[in-house]
Amino acid sequence: MTSNFEGVDLVTIRDFSRDQIEHVMNLAEKMIPIALGEERSDLLSSHLLGSLFFEPSTRTRLSFASAMARLGGITLGFDQPLGASIQKGETLADTIKMVDAYTDVIVLRHSAEGSARLAAHFAEKPIINAGDGAGQHPTQTILDLFTIRKAKGKIGDINVALVGDLKYGRTVHSLAEALALFGAKLMFVAPKTLQMPKETVRAVEKLGAKPAMLTTIEESLAEADIMYVTRIQKERFPDLAEYQKVSGEFKINNALLKDAKPELKIMHPLPRVDEIQAEVDSTDHALYFQQAFNGVPVRMAILSLILGAKS
Amino acid sequence: MKEFKVTPIRNGTVIDHIDVGMALKVLRIIGLKGENVQSTVSMLMHVPSKKGEWKDIVKIEDRELDPKELDKVALISPNATINIIRDYNVAEKFIVEVPEIVRGIVRCQNPGCVTNLMEPVEPEFVVESKKPLLLRCIYCERLMSDVSDYLI
Ligand SMILES: Nc1ncnc2c1ncn2[C@@H]1O[C@H](COP(=O)(O)OP(=O)(O)OP(=O)(O)O)[C@@H](O)[C@H]1O
Ligand SMILES: [Mg+2]
Ligand SMILES: [Zn+2]
Repeated sequence: MTSNFEGVDLVTIRDFSRDQIEHVMNLAEKMIPIALGEERSDLLSSHLLGSLFFEPSTRTRLSFASAMARLGGITLGFDQPLGASIQKGETLADTIKMVDAYTDVIVLRHSAEGSARLAAHFAEKPIINAGDGAGQHPTQTILDLFTIRKAKGKIGDINVALVGDLKYGRTVHSLAEALALFGAKLMFVAPKTLQMPKETVRAVEKLGAKPAMLTTIEESLAEADIMYVTRIQKERFPDLAEYQKVSGEFKINNALLKDAKPELKIMHPLPRVDEIQAEVDSTDHALYFQQAFNGVPVRMAILSLILGAKS
Repeated sequence: MKEFKVTPIRNGTVIDHIDVGMALKVLRIIGLKGENVQSTVSMLMHVPSKKGEWKDIVKIEDRELDPKELDKVALISPNATINIIRDYNVAEKFIVEVPEIVRGIVRCQNPGCVTNLMEPVEPEFVVESKKPLLLRCIYCERLMSDVSDYLI
């Protein structure tokens, strides 16, 4: 049996071992009928989730609330700190101590990097990091791994192309590390100025991966089994013309996908703008809506393990 | 007979083998800004060392460094030696040592880090490597190598 999860914080993906991640994924698999509403569960009845979203989020916030409700639990909290005491200058530490007294587990999204670790210091109850600034978002990483494993039957030994802005999105950094931990073959596909930071490249190499560094999607198409697309943001470029040129080259449409493996699956953390054209949605390549759904069973698994619920 | 470029001190501390150019930072660490200083402080910058390299030296009369100050000196100048002078002689000598955990003496260089907000926490780093120096913020996990501008 894998180690005990009860009461642990999930601040970065490194808080969980490979075995623990597998264990979460196995439990998530069993949660699917409940996540779909086909089966009823009261596994977490009488449990309270404190859901603190200092920054806007649709998917993450709703999927946590859905996960909690599907298991019979209750969610309290806010999705923007307007009117909350934070507006009056309360520190995060104080807010956390208060919510800690009202709930059994806390999900936190906050703009400051390291805020979830800080919360974990002040809370007795477990903290689940739902994104801290440009920092970590470990439940997203686990649901991404789960989505890949479900689509391909495994994570090791498949070719995963990470595409787009690989420099600034730290979630793509932790995903790269987690994929390397599971033995996936990595391709980093990005404009030169937005390539994967050296630190992450070194980290995945330490885990035994030999990532290919590519500058065009075309170079990765023949081999990719999974293409994980992230958005390239305008702010990253000194001038508009350069942005338009680069973002144009990083758009996915059906014409481009003619040269892909028929089994290629495309993922995206969503929301997308136009980096994946709508025409792709109806092809077998599109996996991103499935991925978004998977947030629910994965978060059900994480919540019930951390809350120590026995089925 | 010893040869001194500055007046010898009877009792105090000589911080020797400071990385060249860091003497002023060392002065800032020990808080010698004039007001409360009752004793002589001398500073030698860009002096040849026995190894044929350049170094700085700081000499403070009637004063020893506390552990926090020693840690800070170690962070900006890991080869510095501390010589405790008693009755004109070197009574004790040791090399500063970078601690395993750096707490409350360095600010995180990441402006987006939660420790740079008004939260009631001391910044804290795990020392990933002592030479060359590499610190990892335990909050935002950002790496830091040059801390000389971030000493608290
Ligand atoms: N009484 C004193 N007043 C001021 N400076 C002193 C005094 N005694 C020693 N020093 C200085 O303290 C430092 C250490 O003195 P020491 O005699 O141990 O020199 P050393 O043998 O060259 O040491 P090291 O091997 O550490 O370089 C030297 O920079 C020396 O000039
Ligand atoms: Mg000497
Ligand atoms: Zn930090």
